[in-house]
Amino acid sequence: MSLLVVESAGLLTTVQDFGREGYGALGVSASGAADAVALRLGNLLLENKAGTPALEMTLKGGTFLFPDGAVICLAGANFGAQVDEKALELWRPHAILPGKRVVFGPTKDFARSYMCVAGGIGVAEFLRSASTHLLSGLGGWDGRALRKGDVLPIGRLEKNIRRRKLRAGVLDGLKPGKTLRVTRGPQSDWFPEEARETLVGGEFVVSEESNRMGLRLDGPRLAARGKAEMISEGTPLGAIQVTPSGQTIILFVEQQTTGGYPKIANVIGADLHCVGQLRPRDTIRFAEVSLAEARALWIEQRRLLDSEERLFA
Amino acid sequence: MRFQAASDQALLVYLGEKIGAAAHERVVRLLRLLQQEPIAWIRNIQPAYCSLLITFDATVVDHAEAQAKLSEYESRAEKMPAGKARLVEVPVCYGGEFGPDLEDVAAQRGLQPEKVVELHIARTYQAYFLGFAPGFAYLGDLAEEIAAPRLETPRKEVAAGSVGIAGRQTAVYPFETPGGWRLIGRTPLEIFRKDREPMGLIAIGDQVKFRPITRAEFLAARQA
Repeated sequence: MSLLVVESAGLLTTVQDFGREGYGALGVSASGAADAVALRLGNLLLENKAGTPALEMTLKGGTFLFPDGAVICLAGANFGAQVDEKALELWRPHAILPGKRVVFGPTKDFARSYMCVAGGIGVAEFLRSASTHLLSGLGGWDGRALRKGDVLPIGRLEKNIRRRKLRAGVLDGLKPGKTLRVTRGPQSDWFPEEARETLVGGEFVVSEESNRMGLRLDGPRLAARGKAEMISEGTPLGAIQVTPSGQTIILFVEQQTTGGYPKIANVIGADLHCVGQLRPRDTIRFAEVSLAEARALWIEQRRLLDSEERLFA
Repeated sequence: MRFQAASDQALLVYLGEKIGAAAHERVVRLLRLLQQEPIAWIRNIQPAYCSLLITFDATVVDHAEAQAKLSEYESRAEKMPAGKARLVEVPVCYGGEFGPDLEDVAAQRGLQPEKVVELHIARTYQAYFLGFAPGFAYLGDLAEEIAAPRLETPRKEVAAGSVGIAGRQTAVYPFETPGGWRLIGRTPLEIFRKDREPMGLIAIGDQVKFRPITRAEFLAARQA
């Protein structure tokens, strides 16, 4: 087993994979990578399985020493990673020689950067996933964000990694946008027409109080009609719920599994990775699409992401 | 039975419009049948008081197809035997440092703290569903006399094992988490343990009863 030494952890760095979907009856939310598209591509570039556990860094990355060397691939946001003061390009495999350290800085574009390692990060699974669930302190590395001094096992290289490259244009189509497409939420008709128009016509700003559980948005307040009491129900990933004060919140990967606030809309599956790349103070907009359009976009994205021929040159 | 699209990959199945035993039984029956005879395109099932949120693989089915299949399951679930509910007993040390809101709840409702405890232990509660955090069971219905609203400002940290009340519900916090329920006591039991099978002490459909213990008993149980 080779090792990875955390010399500084960055702002919030956790071990993530595709999460543990399917345990809702236990009250467990899926967790998993905030940008599952980046995690997938980073792993596939290393010829790992798409959902191999990797490090997810938030806004500012850390410094990681590889005493035994490794092959890594960086995906998602650009945190200006360097080895020996030489920049590491994103979206391609890099051999890190034994004793070298990868140094990340603050983000230059989006919220989350992934460091995938050939052979993966070796942590014990909880409910068949290596994902960290911060609220309950389960999964990942001791159920918490990484700290200075942590030493994690990483996969040993068993084969030579080919110099895989993404085809030109692949990233353009998957680039995280600031206009999130939504479908109507289950309580959409609890809101007057003006509120629905404000949602798709207005600008919202991601507040500092945003995390993996949810993104709180500042901007126009949306008021539900009347004061009907809602019975708590399951909340889908990407649900846009409105609090009694009219604030909008996008529920995200570590969300509470149930909730009692009305949901006016829901981010479509094909745009969920964009939510994971939003930074505090980003200005965003919403655009409504039909369920059929959303489904077509999702199927199209899945087909692309499942096709090695279409992804790699 | 009523369906509502919740997202491009999720469907809400409503099995009642009022919190209570009738809707809960239908939720549990449909959940049990879906667990016994799993459907390959279902990615997650999230039960709640009156509904199941079904997340599905949208590359395989659309809402209409999911709805048709779930209707067929529901018609069979109705005929399933209810099954016997498990009774889970939870020992609780009420008040003092473990139940910092007990006096407030009592004062709000014009009761003695002892009366609040008496009313809390008098009933057998239904575990309607689990949500919020792993193992967090929504238990009801609390006696009307001790129903109390959530705190205006939630606590940043609630100790694991804390017993809280909110409206006509009560619950035990499995982990140290933020929380807005009014805390009236604490159990020494570990509600959720990942190295135990089952991991959660309380499951959907269980019956739960609270039993008062002294501070000494609480500490002894923690030592054990």
